[in-house]
Amino acid sequence: MFEQIVFYSFAAMLVFSASMVVSMRNPVHAALFLILAFFTSAALWLLLQAEFLAIVLVLVYVGAVMVLFLFVVMMLDINVTVIREGFARHLPVGIGVAIMMLLSMGLIVGSKQFQLVQPEDLNKFDPQFSNTQELGLALYTDYLYPFEIAGAILLVAIIAAISLTMRKPRTHKTPKPEKQVSVRSQDRVRIVKMESEK
Amino acid sequence: MTAELIYVIPEIALLTLASIILVVDTFGSPDDRSFTVTLSQSSLLVVIGLLIYLMPDSTNYALGMSFVSDQMGAYLKIFICIFTLVVFFYSFEYLKEHELVKGEYFVLGLFAVLGMMVMVSAYSLLTIYLGLELLSLSLYAMVAMNRDSQQSAEAAMKYFVLGALASGMLLYGISMLYGISGAIDLGSLSAYIAQQENTGLLLAFGLVFVVVGIAFKLGAVPFHMWVPDVYQGSPTSVTLFISSAPKIAAFAMAIRLLVDGMAGLVNDWQGMLMILSVLSMAAGNIIAISQTNIKRMLAYSTIAHIGFLLLGIASGSYSGYAGSMFYVICYALMSMGAFGMIILLGRKGYEADTLDDFKGLATRSPWFAFMMLILMFSMAGVPPLVGFWAKWFVIKEVVAMGHIWLAAVAVLFSVIGAYYYLRLVKLMYFDKPDQMTALKASKGMRFVLSINGLALLILGFIPGALMTLCLSAFSV
Repeated sequence: MFEQIVFYSFAAMLVFSASMVVSMRNPVHAALFLILAFFTSAALWLLLQAEFLAIVLVLVYVGAVMVLFLFVVMMLDINVTVIREGFARHLPVGIGVAIMMLLSMGLIVGSKQFQLVQPEDLNKFDPQFSNTQELGLALYTDYLYPFEIAGAILLVAIIAAISLTMRKPRTHKTPKPEKQVSVRSQDRVRIVKMESEK
Repeated sequence: MTAELIYVIPEIALLTLASIILVVDTFGSPDDRSFTVTLSQSSLLVVIGLLIYLMPDSTNYALGMSFVSDQMGAYLKIFICIFTLVVFFYSFEYLKEHELVKGEYFVLGLFAVLGMMVMVSAYSLLTIYLGLELLSLSLYAMVAMNRDSQQSAEAAMKYFVLGALASGMLLYGISMLYGISGAIDLGSLSAYIAQQENTGLLLAFGLVFVVVGIAFKLGAVPFHMWVPDVYQGSPTSVTLFISSAPKIAAFAMAIRLLVDGMAGLVNDWQGMLMILSVLSMAAGNIIAISQTNIKRMLAYSTIAHIGFLLLGIASGSYSGYAGSMFYVICYALMSMGAFGMIILLGRKGYEADTLDDFKGLATRSPWFAFMMLILMFSMAGVPPLVGFWAKWFVIKEVVAMGHIWLAAVAVLFSVIGAYYYLRLVKLMYFDKPDQMTALKASKGMRFVLSINGLALLILGFIPGALMTLCLSAFSV
């Protein structure tokens, strides 16, 4: 009973913040509502006893992705009125897509083809059970090989990004004291003999 | 678990060496990267040595069924490493001449080889996909490496977008297969398929998307749009790489997915591959005739060769797969030589990539004109050369399968294709050269390219050895 109250309150908050994300006029506010949406969905993960996913969602999305997002939103001068143009014109298409997505989601959830796990089939674990530990065990034993390859892919991404964007270091015009003190007048001053003008 | 690691030692060694080279390279002088190149080539030699030393005599599975160690895998990995070694050699010549040398080029190349090795011996849908991404990501970056060239940027963009689309298709198919069977490793998948009485709708959908993904990566018609643009736009050194070793890895991926994973659906995918193959041979050979840019022409010729490759897999027999393996190895060797010739003729600020650049090559350099003649004759499938045997083995399997019409179509398109290969030979031997500049390439480059060309001739006289090797790869 208590669980259901928690679920419905977080679910309501999630739906509310998600709808605010798309309807807010100020992009910064929209981004902040997106953060709220992430927090509430993390809470839903917790209810499913998937605490690792909940923590990661907050750490990665709120901690890293959203900060970057806010950065971009604040740096760019986004003209809201331009974005909102043609809202009414595109509304029918949007509603059509939304209905299609709802239908296909319903088809998949209701289909017998995929053996979807129903909520009542989920194992209930005692409080000592650590989801993080179980994931770690699976990741570093059964899935060690794919995990390592994923690591190599990330390394390649870093190498590629750096080698594609880094130009040669720019030659800064800074004074070099060690060269300044060793300068002799002969190096800098040239004495030219000229005919005196009459 | 630890005992299983012995099968993965070549991969571990390559990853370690590549990471070491990445660090060592930063300490090297920015003007001279020859040390990095030597290190990269020696690490490939080390990996080849390990592969030969650890040659498996039976099929073993390791690391939670995500890795398979078998003879086919070991042979293909050895060929991938050898070809990449030669590619690095040509690439360094090209990059030096065009002042594009960067240490990262070779490090990315090594990671691409790692991705190919992962693909070749992958035994789970997850590792196949990850290996493919490791390979593709390295290649995208290599194509874009020449940042000041608009053409390269365009080619990289096209390659990236279409490659991502292909990966998406493949992943979509994989997700369906996983969703319906609940199996991520190919063994359980094929066991699941064997239990099914008839191909269900989802299974068929999954298969179609996987085949589309493979066709995209191989560049088979109608999923070939990216091939000509990428081949033409990339720096020749990268085109050379893309057209050689990765084709072997793509072949291995097709075998793993279709034969190891979905052998039970052979009747379903056979037909799909036949359509892809006939279309590829037709479009590749006919469109290549109208090309004036030789890189673009070779791109269409690749598409035609991929058609032949798919024909061997479509035969659905182990000797057919062996024929395809023979074909892909020969193709990689020929294409490496042909792009090597373009590098040989080019010089700083000038790519010798139009047909006119080959005019009168016989008077400028009789030896290399002869090499190009061997390469072109081999691609066209003229008898004593290895390209003939490659086509012969594949067509023999198609006839054995009972599809005489398919064999006839393959021969017909090969004859059409011979026209544009022979046109190049005519340009070299019977036309007057536009320019008489001497070839500038180094002694080493000339030596390696000559070996490359002569290998086709020698393999053409003794195709038995390589064919026995290919057959033994599939006999376990």
